[in-house]
This record gives sequence, C-alpha cells and structure tokens, in this order.
Amino acid sequence: MKISQLNDLYRQLIIDHAQHPHHHGQLPQADQSVNLNNPTCGDVIDLQVVFKDQQIKEIAFSGDGCSISQASASMMCDLVNGQTISQAKQEIAVFLEMLMNNPDEPSDILGDAAVLAAVVKFPARIKCATLAWKALEQAITQEEQHAGN
Amino acid sequence: MVKDIATARNDFPLLKTQMNQESLTYLDNAATTQKPQAVIERLVDYYQTENVNVQRGVYALAQATTAKYEQVRQQVADFLHAQADEIIFTRGTTTSLNWVAQSFAPTVIQPGDEILITIMEHHSNLVPWQIVAKKLGAHLRYVELNDQAELDLAQLQANLNQRTKIVALTQVSNVLGTINPIKQITAWAHQVGAYVVVDGAQAAGHMPVDVQALDCDFYAFSGHKVYGPTGIGVLYGKAALLQQMPPVEYGGEMINRVTRQSTDFKAAPAKFEAGTMPIAQVIGLGAALDYLTSLGWSQIEAQEQHLVQLAGSQLQAIPGITLYGPPLSKPHAPVLSFNLTGVHPHDLATVLDSQGVAVRAGHHCAQPLMAALQVSATARASFAFYNNDQDVQRLITAVKLAKEFFQA
Repeated sequence: MKISQLNDLYRQLIIDHAQHPHHHGQLPQADQSVNLNNPTCGDVIDLQVVFKDQQIKEIAFSGDGCSISQASASMMCDLVNGQTISQAKQEIAVFLEMLMNNPDEPSDILGDAAVLAAVVKFPARIKCATLAWKALEQAITQEEQHAGN
Repeated sequence: MVKDIATARNDFPLLKTQMNQESLTYLDNAATTQKPQAVIERLVDYYQTENVNVQRGVYALAQATTAKYEQVRQQVADFLHAQADEIIFTRGTTTSLNWVAQSFAPTVIQPGDEILITIMEHHSNLVPWQIVAKKLGAHLRYVELNDQAELDLAQLQANLNQRTKIVALTQVSNVLGTINPIKQITAWAHQVGAYVVVDGAQAAGHMPVDVQALDCDFYAFSGHKVYGPTGIGVLYGKAALLQQMPPVEYGGEMINRVTRQSTDFKAAPAKFEAGTMPIAQVIGLGAALDYLTSLGWSQIEAQEQHLVQLAGSQLQAIPGITLYGPPLSKPHAPVLSFNLTGVHPHDLATVLDSQGVAVRAGHHCAQPLMAALQVSATARASFAFYNNDQDVQRLITAVKLAKEFFQA
C-alpha cells in the first residue's frame, strides 16, 4: 500500500484532534456516564453528558485509545455539544451508517467527523471510530429511560 | 531424512500471498501458525477417501479410520513423552484448561484452599481459575514478575504452602516471550502436594516438550499453533488423575452401559470424548507433527533464536522503542512485545499492515499483565521457523516508517 493511502486515513485533521482532543476530561455533575471498551483491542472510553431540556448541555470524554478513537470522540463532542437529543440521534445514525454500510454518502451534517469516512478502507479500525458514538447512543438511551421513569 | 529449514518456507502456501498489495510478512505466529501443504493435503485426502465416523462402525473403512485416529493419539503421546491413554483430544488449549479447572479442580479443592497462578497468564489460564476459586471458596493468588520480566521465583516459593492445591502457569508467555522453569516449579509444588497445570500453547510448536521430565500433572496445547488445523487441541493428564477426573460432557461413545437411571463410563481418554470428535482435525494434527519431526527441533530452535535476536536487537536500536520481556541475553521465546513512544500500538500496527507486515496490537488476552506493565496495549511480533531475515528487515523498515509518519 502506498503512503498516500495511509495519508487518507491519518489526515492532518484527525492527527490534530487525536493529539489535542477537544472536550477531554471529566464532568463531575454529569447526568449520564458511560464506560465502553473495545474488548478485542482494549480501547476504553468514559463519556459523560449533562442533559438539560432535551439538549446536550455539556459533554466530555476520557480514556485510552488509538488516534482514530480519540479523534472520533473529539470530533463527536464538538458536533453534539449544545445540540438537541434528536439532532444527536440523527447524527449518530448517519455516522454509523457511513462507517458500517455506505461510505460514499458522507453527510455534511457530521462536521469534522465526515473525514472519518476514510476509515471504511481500514476495516480493522472501524470499531475504533465507532466507540465514542456508541457510548453517546447509550448515554442518550440511559437519559431517556431515566426521564421515562 | 531431515528436511532443510532454509527451504521450509516454500511449504506454506499462505506465505506466498499478498496483503495490501505487498508481499506478506506474517509475524503473528503466537496467534496462529500457517499450515504446510502436507497438512492441507492430508485434510483433503481425509475427506476424499477416509471420511467416516470413528469408534463406531463395524465396516472396514470405519475400522481403518479409527486406527488412524488412534495412531495420532499415539503420535501426540510420543510428541509429549506420554502414554496414549493420557492424551485427550479437545477443541484447543482453552478447552483443555477449562476442563481441568471445572472437572479436576473440584476433586482436590476445599474451601479456604489456594490456587496459585501467575500475572503473565493468558485469560484462558486465568479466568477459569477465577471462576472455580469463587465457586469452591478457594483463594486465587498471583506470582508477579521480577525486574527482568521473568517470574519472581522467590515469591512463587513463598506462596506455596499446605493449602496450595493447584499451580497453573504458562510455559511460555504469549506477551513477554518469557520461558518459565516448569521442571523446577513442579518440584517445589509437589513438595507441598499441589498439582501443576501447564499452558503449553506458546511452547509446544517451538521447543521439545517432555511431560515426564517436567513431571507436570496436566499439559495443554493447541493444534493450530503447531502448524495443524484449528478446532483441535490436546490435554495431557497423568493417567491416575484422568481416572479421578469426571467427564465434562456426556453423550455417545463415552459410555460402557446406559440404563434408565444410571450410566457407567468408559475409562479415560474415551470418557472425555463424547459425541463425534473433529476427526479430520485430529488426522491433520498428525500430519503437522510429522512435518515438525521432519525438520527436527535443533533446526527449528536455532532459526527462531536467530530471528528473535536479530529483530530484538534491531528494534531496541530504534529510539523510542520499548521492548517488554526478558533481556535478549536471557532465554527468550520468539515473541517480541514493544511500543513506540507517542504512537498507539493500533496506529503502529496499521502502518505495518499497510506495508504487508502482520503483527498483533492490543492486550493479547492478558489484561492483568498489561495493568502490571502499566500499558493499555502493545504491538507484538511473533516468529516461526519459516520467517527469514527479510521478514525482520521489513518489520524494522515499517516501524521506522511509522515513526517518521507520526513524527514520533
């Protein structure tokens, strides 16, 4: 494989997010916390979310993982911070669809995270890219169950 | 006649394939080894001319295939320096170790007793003991590493006492490449009356194993890590202990007589082989052991030592590389775990992958060891006799490329 193909995966934007992740840290007042790991490789994410009025008021992540998982988490937090739950749910669905089934239709609603479409050509890394998004999906489910009670 | 190891690589068709448009450098031999043409052809032959169920049929073909199946049991016994009735065929090392934990351990463990394992165990020789310790009210104790990534033998001895009933450990670490002194440990364990269970998954294809000399009570290995098929493994147990150990599964061909309310089982090993066994895989395992015999241990060990020394010293020379394992001057199996400062091992492995170099990156099913080493993951290159100097050069070049790529 040529180095240029590696550059498709490791775009500068991805490297920047991985090296200087946004929304990295803890939220002591979080409404929902999710700890997810990728058991095959050991990547771990702790995602914390403050919800208010059907909105993601604040979001932060911590944990340990490769540059793809860290960049993906950083990009996702940038995207959903301040959004409504229903917007975030739609974006999670679009992101997962992009990586699992349909890389040719990257959606402009994903912000920086649209560049992660390149991960599709590296199937071993798809789980790294989706980990944070699955954690957010779970945090929203927990919040909705909590609200429903 | 002894086969020349320099040409052995040509016997493995998969090594001639490509990955990411590059010729393949396969350095994940600790996960599974490639299969020589002789094993592949033996499987085809079996299905074309010998496929019947064993131990049952009265017709000639069934008798002939049963005889071949039992010949492989004898062959495995010879491979381990054991008796044929001490060899049980299982699904793999994991199954073998689980069976000892689930079926043998309860016959010797009382509440308050101790099970001693080591921090370098693969999850398959760790989780089964956690579960059985909880179930039986026993304590699970760990032997730690010394500062040379070897077992702390003084601590091991200090942990042995009259309550220690089982000592379970690996012969070779799948992460560190450490080779444990099983014979010495067995002698110490037997002094306190403990039984010794050895995980041989990373040892059996790389060094001669003599269970009588080791004097271990159980020994497990997998067919697919000794150049044989997947789905077949071996559990050796001393004959008296296998008689003491109840069957784990019940079904066809493991019984003497069944009435409405009770069953009388056959003797070991038959009582452990319920249902139709992976017959083709047993036959294929026989072909793999034949192949290893044709090369001989001295050639295999010399080539693998050459590779681990060459790759280890060249990796060490790259600034930012940390090797996890004993110093190269110490006994070292052909397994090298390493990290490059500033680059996550998955990212490192992706660059290697792009260059056709297959290595493992992750926790290697040894999370407690990763925690003890204070890393979340490592990259791991593991060698077999069919690897060559060019494979080592391609690994080193790819690691240097990754370092440059990530500006680490």
